[in-house]
Amino acid sequence: MMDALGTPQSVLVLGGTSEIALNTVAALPRNRLARVVLAGRPSPALDEAVQKVRSIGVADASSVAFDALTVDSHGAIIDAIFDAGDIDVVVLAFGVLGDQAQSEADPSAAVMVASTNYTGAMSASLHVARRLRMQGHGWLVVISSVAGDRARRSNFVYGSTKAGLDAFAQGLGDAMQGTGAHVLIVRPGFVRTRMTAGLPEAPMTIDPQDVARITVAAMRQGRSLVYAPAQLRYVMGLLKTLPRPVFRKLAERQG
Amino acid sequence: MANSPLMLTGRERAMTGWGRTAATVANVDAVSSVEQVQKIVREAGPRGVLARGLGRSYGDAAQSGGGSLLDLSAMNDARLDAATGTVTAGAGASLDALLRTLVPAGFFVPVTPGTRMVTVGGAIAADIHGKNHHVEGTFGSHVSSLTLVDGQGEVRTLTPDSPLFWATVGGMGLTGVITEATFDLIPITSSLMSVDTDRTTDLDDAMGRMIEGDDAYRYSVTWIDSISPSGRGVMTRGDHASVDQLTPGTPALAYDPQPRLTAPKVIPGALLNTLSVRAFNAAWFRKAPKHRVAELQSIPAFFHPLDGVLEWNRIYGRGGFLQYQFVVPDTSAHVVPYALKRLRDIGAPSFLTVLKRFGAANPAPLSFPQPGWTLTADVPARIDGLANVLDELDTLVLSEGGRLYLAKDSRMSPAMMASSYPRLTQWQEQRAQLDPHHVFTSDLARRLSL
Repeated sequence: MMDALGTPQSVLVLGGTSEIALNTVAALPRNRLARVVLAGRPSPALDEAVQKVRSIGVADASSVAFDALTVDSHGAIIDAIFDAGDIDVVVLAFGVLGDQAQSEADPSAAVMVASTNYTGAMSASLHVARRLRMQGHGWLVVISSVAGDRARRSNFVYGSTKAGLDAFAQGLGDAMQGTGAHVLIVRPGFVRTRMTAGLPEAPMTIDPQDVARITVAAMRQGRSLVYAPAQLRYVMGLLKTLPRPVFRKLAERQG
Repeated sequence: MANSPLMLTGRERAMTGWGRTAATVANVDAVSSVEQVQKIVREAGPRGVLARGLGRSYGDAAQSGGGSLLDLSAMNDARLDAATGTVTAGAGASLDALLRTLVPAGFFVPVTPGTRMVTVGGAIAADIHGKNHHVEGTFGSHVSSLTLVDGQGEVRTLTPDSPLFWATVGGMGLTGVITEATFDLIPITSSLMSVDTDRTTDLDDAMGRMIEGDDAYRYSVTWIDSISPSGRGVMTRGDHASVDQLTPGTPALAYDPQPRLTAPKVIPGALLNTLSVRAFNAAWFRKAPKHRVAELQSIPAFFHPLDGVLEWNRIYGRGGFLQYQFVVPDTSAHVVPYALKRLRDIGAPSFLTVLKRFGAANPAPLSFPQPGWTLTADVPARIDGLANVLDELDTLVLSEGGRLYLAKDSRMSPAMMASSYPRLTQWQEQRAQLDPHHVFTSDLARRLSL
């Protein structure tokens, strides 16, 4: 249970090796954090992530095998996690950037990006939402992206999956009104992670720790949408109003 | 949209305690008979059942996310037996309603907390105490019989010779649904209180005078100016006035507890801060006479001043507040000034800070009071550093052999709970007899792993 001071006791991360999610776990108030479940594809990186969570003082840190693409398994996996005890915060953080050129050359690669970022996330979110509604409390934090705000030539496959996920999460947040559960959409800009390693940095680039801090503050304030950094809200608001030829030119220069 | 698991049924209500923190949504069922309670218990879903009274517990004791909350306010019949000085009341009866009947008949409830807006069921489940604890103990100590619907839906009558009775007293509603109780009353000859008031210059002064003088009074409490480093305060002690203390001609048992004010719906967050509380506390201190004897006060003025302002809990704004209440043995009196200092250090403004001495404990494993000092302080929930300071105070309270009050708690750790209530496992064994499958549960039970 979340206590009166907003301190959670249990967290589930879907995409257990996500740097943004792991930093979010570390940024949460930890006085009562007793159980953290990291769901992801079994790998040395996932085991390492469990160790890292344990090292910040979480007694019951564990991993659960979970694959975003195997949607038929999502229900049973998520049910088992919630059956073992209430989950106060779920961070849905899995996602792939994909390779835009490869996607254009091989549309099945594009579908893989969509199956992970959009339909896989939709499946997992709906199962989580069902359980949060049953327990009458809890947070679902959905890691979206500013790439979904407006499609760009250079990464519109990825951008469109995040646009879909974002729209889905908005509707889900509305559906959860009155259930005691909350949906928080986080729209980060360019974040320095494994996923973006080697790419040229965009203006207002931040670290996963910054996204984590902004996410935790937004939960504390009871918000449903937050940009990371916060100022991106105004930048994206402006970019969305630009005529397409102008935006295209700008995006080309940005790469 | 048939059968969507996300659809609302219309029975959902967002619930918090009096501190308005950590809301969860539950399904509320109003019940008016024991049979209805039995049916709901027998058909309970995986999120369980819990009786909720008037929601005056500060934290999450009377809420249960996704569960079924029973509203027993229709089960409020009360039968006074004037010959034996006892009353048998439905669990949903409020002390407020009872007092309106009992006082004109020449009786008073055995124990009242700082609000009369609590139910009989809640008073037993939280084993509430009042200003007379040092003399007369908790509410549960005056109950001679109670009726409980247990986890199998069976109706049980429990009396103080049974350990299951004492598991239910202070059991926070987790042993079953209390539907009725019989308890002793205090005979009174007037509806007024005879009150002695003294300003205390600092904590030592207050504690010294309470140790020396409390035994001579049925009721005693000291309000502390939590912002003044000295810990000055106002000590009020008294008893029910006898009819011959009244001006001849005044109706001896008249009782009119109408509230006068309602706190506004929207309160600016900045209203309650260190400055405004400093001003309030100073005014409250100066308003009190230095020393006054046998002043006649009404029951609401003496026991329930805050009930005069409906929904006063709103003054803490959207972030809500919590009430930190601990008890430590007499030999650990130093914890009191230290706790006040630590709260001052983080600028936690509290206008409701009271100090009281407890008398003997009763046999209930989860009953809060034990002999010693109890300090109660209201604190807004959104004070920076509050979580760490309260954890630090928990550790100190625990090391001194003290504990926190479950009806007030909204943030202690499961480890603190288990260590400070050493008879928790004994209570869990008794609860297993009454509710083997844990049909009865609450957010508090989940949070503290009860």
